[in-house]
Amino acid sequence: MSKVLVIADHDGKRLGAGAARCITAAGKLGAAEIHIAVLASPAAAIAAEAAALAGVGKVLVVERAENAHPLAAVLAPQVVKLAAAYDYVIGPSNTFGKDLLPRVAALLGVGQVSDLMSVEGPHTFKRPIYAGNAIITVESPAGAKLVATIRTASFAAAGSGAPAPIEAASTDAVLPTHTRFVSLNAVTNDRPDLQSAARVVSGGRALGSADNFKIIYALADRMGAAVGASRAAVDAGYVPSDMQVGQTGKIIAPALYMAIGISGAIQHLTGIKDARTIVAINKDPEAPIFEVADVGLVADLFKVVPELTAALS
Amino acid sequence: MKILVGVKRVVDYNVRVRVKPDGSGVALDGVKMSINPFDEIALEEALRIRERGQATEVIAVAIGPDDVQTQLRSALAMGADRAILVKCDAEVEPRDVARTLLAVIRQEGIGLAFLGKQAIDDDAGQTGQMLAALWDRPQVSFASKVEINGAVARVTREVDSGLETLEVDLPAVITSDLRLNEPRYIKLPDIMKAKKKPLAVTDLAALGVNHAPQFKVLKTESPPQRTRGIIVKDVPELVAELKKRGVLS
Repeated sequence: MSKVLVIADHDGKRLGAGAARCITAAGKLGAAEIHIAVLASPAAAIAAEAAALAGVGKVLVVERAENAHPLAAVLAPQVVKLAAAYDYVIGPSNTFGKDLLPRVAALLGVGQVSDLMSVEGPHTFKRPIYAGNAIITVESPAGAKLVATIRTASFAAAGSGAPAPIEAASTDAVLPTHTRFVSLNAVTNDRPDLQSAARVVSGGRALGSADNFKIIYALADRMGAAVGASRAAVDAGYVPSDMQVGQTGKIIAPALYMAIGISGAIQHLTGIKDARTIVAINKDPEAPIFEVADVGLVADLFKVVPELTAALS
Repeated sequence: MKILVGVKRVVDYNVRVRVKPDGSGVALDGVKMSINPFDEIALEEALRIRERGQATEVIAVAIGPDDVQTQLRSALAMGADRAILVKCDAEVEPRDVARTLLAVIRQEGIGLAFLGKQAIDDDAGQTGQMLAALWDRPQVSFASKVEINGAVARVTREVDSGLETLEVDLPAVITSDLRLNEPRYIKLPDIMKAKKKPLAVTDLAALGVNHAPQFKVLKTESPPQRTRGIIVKDVPELVAELKKRGVLS
């Protein structure tokens, strides 16, 4: 029976939202054991969160000062050492995993399956290409270690279970000093995280200005929703780029997605395809967003968004 | 310092790709091809570094069939000094692309490699990171700002939690994100000039790289389509509908 190693994403303080989804994906691989590696400093709090995920057999903790910030060049040699005992090495397809896993794969001398979206067999997987406009089924060589990034929107988050044992792992990997962390300009807000929120309200170019975006925030706050935006709204400078939803931004799968003043370019639709219910508000009845929306309202957003916010109080 | 820029020929950004009815791939016959947009951004950044006097030469490198010369000529028209085509008619997986680029890097004595963060056809997003690993050099993926200070690059990258800044020793690999810059337009005289710039053709064997694909594509299919839902007439109807569906309490 095979063994899976999940590389935990984190921000240095808390476990990332991708780890729990990777555990679910790992379960689909039919593995006998699922272990999760936490490379951090300090690592205790993150390891405790990882240990509480249902399905985790063991948490491997590598705590060294160099792991304070997730630098791919520093983490990869350590992951390679840990990977020796495993058949699968997986991580979330967010900026953490996308940066780290290909470096790990190359050091292991294997290729990588990016954005794995379903497991068809122990060596057969589906993944999207062309921004999700086509899905391919790929077969990896049997007997070789498989490295993959997991498309988090395609897998539910694992729930919590009885705490798994936490084990300190040491790796004698020699770490490079050629890559140094300088700063993180983190976007802090009290709203739910866009990537994992159950409800998301997004605004598009039709908002017309950064100031007008406040009606989107007001609605989102009333609903307890995260706030997103189309690429057009980001490029117009209304909101920062980390709020962008779409193929080149965040790919999300909330229970409720509200697209407000968003026309629905292909690249945006790719990012919301897995949302359970899509609501579109747009004054153009021909907007492509209505072709995918479960519920549409053809109206002036400046009139109906405040109305909707008031109706929900 | 010489800068290498990886250039991939892909289906143009504006083309809506269609899956072939027999599931053997996407239809590429007669479809407009272009430089991968992220590679164009990488090339633009390399050119700006050279124009600031921080690099001596920008070399565009592509792997693929003869047709790829068209995209390399576009790269030369944008301003690359010379181009190298590594001929290979078969599909080349990211790991083999990385191995090939590394062979060119060693041959040319490259100080900085610029790639797009992903190609918009296979969306793999692996080549830059794999190249950095095999080269045993720093990587900065998803770059949105690049400053070269002597033998060190200070690069800001777009991560899920915000903007992260790293400092790396050169040589290094940088992959470009969307907002790094706005690539310049090619003017007619540039196209004429590009015809006279050197474009060398080599192949994998000459670089000592064996073509070793690891994955087999068994099937290509269209994604499940969402269907058009209902249109409500006003806010009260919208709220009632969402409550009925259980997505609003």
